[in-house]
Amino acid sequence: MTFWRNQKIRGWLYQFAALLLVALCVAVLADNTLENMRTRGIQSGFGFLSQPAGFDISESLFGFESTQPYWQAFLTGLGNTLKVALIGIILTTILGVLLGVGRFSQNILIRGLCLTYVEIFRNIPLLLQLLMWYLVCVEWLPTAREAEPFLGIYLTKAGLALPWFGDVPVKAGFGIKGGVTLSPEFFALLLGLTIYTASYIAEIVRSGIASVPRGQLEAALSLGLSRAQTMRLIQLPQALRVIIPPLTNQYLNLTKNSSLAVAVGYPELVSIANTSINQTGRAVECIAVIMAVYLTLSLLTSVLMNAYNRRAAIKER
Amino acid sequence: MLNNTRIRQLAGVALCLTAVALPAHAGKTLDTIKSRGELVCGVNVALAGFSAADSEGKWSGLDVDYCKALAAAILSDANKVKYVPLNAQQRFTALQSGEIDILSRNTTWTLTRDASLGANFVGTIYYDGQGFMVKKELKIASAKELNGATVCTQSGTTTEKNLTDYARANKLDIKPLVFEKNEAATGAYHSGRCEAYTTDASGLAAERTIAKNPDEHLILPEIISKEPLGPLVRRGDDEFFAISKWVLNALIEGEEYGLTQANLDEKKTSDDPNIQRILGTAEDMGTLLGLDKEWAYRALKATGNYGEIFERNVGKNSPLKLERGLNKLWNQGGILYAPPIR
Amino acid sequence: MLTWVRANLFNNIFNSALTLLLGTLLLYAFTHAWGWGISYAVWSADVEQCNAARGTGACWGVVAEKYRPIIFGRYPFAEQWRPFAATLLLMALLLVSCVRVFWQRWLVALWLGVLAVFFVLMHGGVFGLTQVDTDQWGGLPLTIALASLSVVGAFPLAVFLALGRVSALPVIRTLSTVYVELIRGVPLISVLFMASFLFPLFMPEGMSIDVLLRVLVAMILFAAAYLAEVMRGGLQAIPRGQYEAAASLGLTYWQTQRKIILPQALATVVPGIMNNFISTFKDTSLVTIVSLYELTGSLDIAVNSDPNWMPYKLEGYLFIAAIYFVFCFSLSRYSQWVERQVNRGKVH
Repeated sequence: MTFWRNQKIRGWLYQFAALLLVALCVAVLADNTLENMRTRGIQSGFGFLSQPAGFDISESLFGFESTQPYWQAFLTGLGNTLKVALIGIILTTILGVLLGVGRFSQNILIRGLCLTYVEIFRNIPLLLQLLMWYLVCVEWLPTAREAEPFLGIYLTKAGLALPWFGDVPVKAGFGIKGGVTLSPEFFALLLGLTIYTASYIAEIVRSGIASVPRGQLEAALSLGLSRAQTMRLIQLPQALRVIIPPLTNQYLNLTKNSSLAVAVGYPELVSIANTSINQTGRAVECIAVIMAVYLTLSLLTSVLMNAYNRRAAIKER
Repeated sequence: MLNNTRIRQLAGVALCLTAVALPAHAGKTLDTIKSRGELVCGVNVALAGFSAADSEGKWSGLDVDYCKALAAAILSDANKVKYVPLNAQQRFTALQSGEIDILSRNTTWTLTRDASLGANFVGTIYYDGQGFMVKKELKIASAKELNGATVCTQSGTTTEKNLTDYARANKLDIKPLVFEKNEAATGAYHSGRCEAYTTDASGLAAERTIAKNPDEHLILPEIISKEPLGPLVRRGDDEFFAISKWVLNALIEGEEYGLTQANLDEKKTSDDPNIQRILGTAEDMGTLLGLDKEWAYRALKATGNYGEIFERNVGKNSPLKLERGLNKLWNQGGILYAPPIR
Repeated sequence: MLTWVRANLFNNIFNSALTLLLGTLLLYAFTHAWGWGISYAVWSADVEQCNAARGTGACWGVVAEKYRPIIFGRYPFAEQWRPFAATLLLMALLLVSCVRVFWQRWLVALWLGVLAVFFVLMHGGVFGLTQVDTDQWGGLPLTIALASLSVVGAFPLAVFLALGRVSALPVIRTLSTVYVELIRGVPLISVLFMASFLFPLFMPEGMSIDVLLRVLVAMILFAAAYLAEVMRGGLQAIPRGQYEAAASLGLTYWQTQRKIILPQALATVVPGIMNNFISTFKDTSLVTIVSLYELTGSLDIAVNSDPNWMPYKLEGYLFIAAIYFVFCFSLSRYSQWVERQVNRGKVH
């Protein structure tokens, strides 16, 4: 047996070659980039993060001033991303589970409605849905000056203004002052993400429930449980094990999809990074920040979900 | 023994290696343009008066005409230009990477851009300033009244920072609403989401002309920034930098000495030494630039002088109807001043 | 009939109440939608009529007026038969590829051939066709081309990645896993930004790549990671015995994969591949953010450039939403059909 034919050595050779190839590709690309930046006098480095940003951000959780540095602008963007993602995840879970369970209703109207919903919203690109929701929000709502309050709530082109602990919104100048305001950008993004993701969650929940053996349903019914009770106490808990892993994926998808906000003007992470690219010209660094943040979020979610999966796994006795 | 499959695998690997390890070849921009037979010019995707393509794909505008003049000077044919439409975010990388030879895309000359983007500004082709447009029904007469207003703008421009600076200086509470694409920003303004739309005054005029009812919109008198717009070239090629600079200067000089597209040929016999130098009838200035002596003649013949370009695209002969204002020649009350061609 | 109604709509008090409530709501919504979309709608390209009907009826005139720029983007008007023919050709090929008896070796060759013809038709410059540069491509042809090219291009890469992920060689396995997880962890838009802003910096000086090609490469790299995961599922479903049988026949690793494992694994994951194609089809709408004017982007340009029709953008959106829906819905129906076929195969 020749040296070349030895399975083990060949394996190592293959691996070495693959590693070399990847390393070479990375090295050449990195070298090109550095060379290009050097010859053309493009400045690089993360030093700009501590410079004042110099631009305002239209909405933020804890307030943002243009004198604050870039890294705080990024944090503000991340805060906005997490805000829309967390609220979106809660809402889309509720809606998705309702739609998924609805597919097992005895009422054909509900079954049909849930099916139609899933088919329509799953088959239209999210970006298009976002643009449509935003258009509807800003086109059909009244301007702040024309608006009339309903129970102290204003729903206008400037957003949804709600009373908050006695702080009642009132008309002032061009807009609405006081209370808590949700901008139409946030609202359209939240609506789009929730509705789109729910159509996927509904399918996950449906197939999860369908995976529970029919005998379970029959046994529960024969014990005298109602159908609602059966669903809540018998079918859903058992379906959960099948549902959770793909559900996590959908949560991650929703978070990643929130980056489409650049199209509707909601200042989340990608949008802030995009502005920073233009102000500083540091494209490599800003895109690296975006990718690092999303990768961290993905990793965190998978760690949490793996922990949950271990707990939820059936204890075989 | 190498069988067929393995040879194919090895060939694939080799192909990958050569693809990534191509030698970096540094070419002089002028030689590249000449051997390619085409000038590659980065322009705005759509900005009426500056660069816009009609339904046939024919480009026109102030920024476009500059590229035509440059192509005429270098290649003797104003039509040998390939236009690459770029959005605000893509423009600098496109130039840095060599995807385009020159960026002629209403770009503001600032220190940061000049010093850190690996590009050189050729000069100023249009002195602009940032302004605001509002709907007349708001009954606002001044930008100082915009307290509490939401203002729409496009990201990737100098406008975001100017807006913030202006708001701070005047203690106004202005909410910027930033969109990735200009169409989205103007769309939000027209739908009433924003009280005002802000961009360079020329852009406002362009937007107003294509609005459904231009009379419903008012451009506020305040100009809140200096926006000298001009073309850029890559750093590290002084020869092409010089050519780009002097083609722009020739267009301005042409106006100063009354050289128009129509009278150019009869002016060839002029006794004025200035004109003789520009048109290359006496001295040969072109060789100094690496071109021939008729370079400026061809540029002016292709597009007319700066004044003609201005009036045709953005001035009184265009839908924009912009005043010359600062963009008048220095001896006519403006600040347009080209160094002499001598 | 009556028993059916009883069983499905009114089998108990709760359901009966629900039926009545929902029925009324649906009827209300339906009549309004019908009124807005059909009976009060304006169908002709007449701005005056549209303005008169504003608020009560839809203005489908915007579609009648602008359908060509919406569907073909900025492609020169006189030459639009070319993208039309090219798109028809590509769609016909997609249809052919859906039929199982055609899953042969020559299909790959056919794909390559048709893609070449597609490019020649779109780009021109030969055979007396005027040249149309890629920056003028747009609309539906671009959407379909990007989607199919992404998946076709991602396919070989995904096969290697999937094999790599289940490989016994630790380095190869790690590299594949890192790639797949890296790509799946970031949003597509950041990959597109990379293609648009950073790829040019990665290239040696003087070498520039068309932006359409850069975006296509980004879409391929992105789709490959997801496709690889789909294929890995198929590979893992192959019983160990198949490998052992192949090994006992003296087949090498690549022979085993090519002749035994991959054909079986890929056949089981056809529905997954189709779903991947659907996602990619929808994802193409994102390239409008980096200024390539596919269907969503070309609608923006077509409607925004004309102030008369600007107020009727929603109708335009609904029109292209319908186009996307028809494509994705029929693809997903096909995928479900294949899934049933595959499952039936398993029983035998």
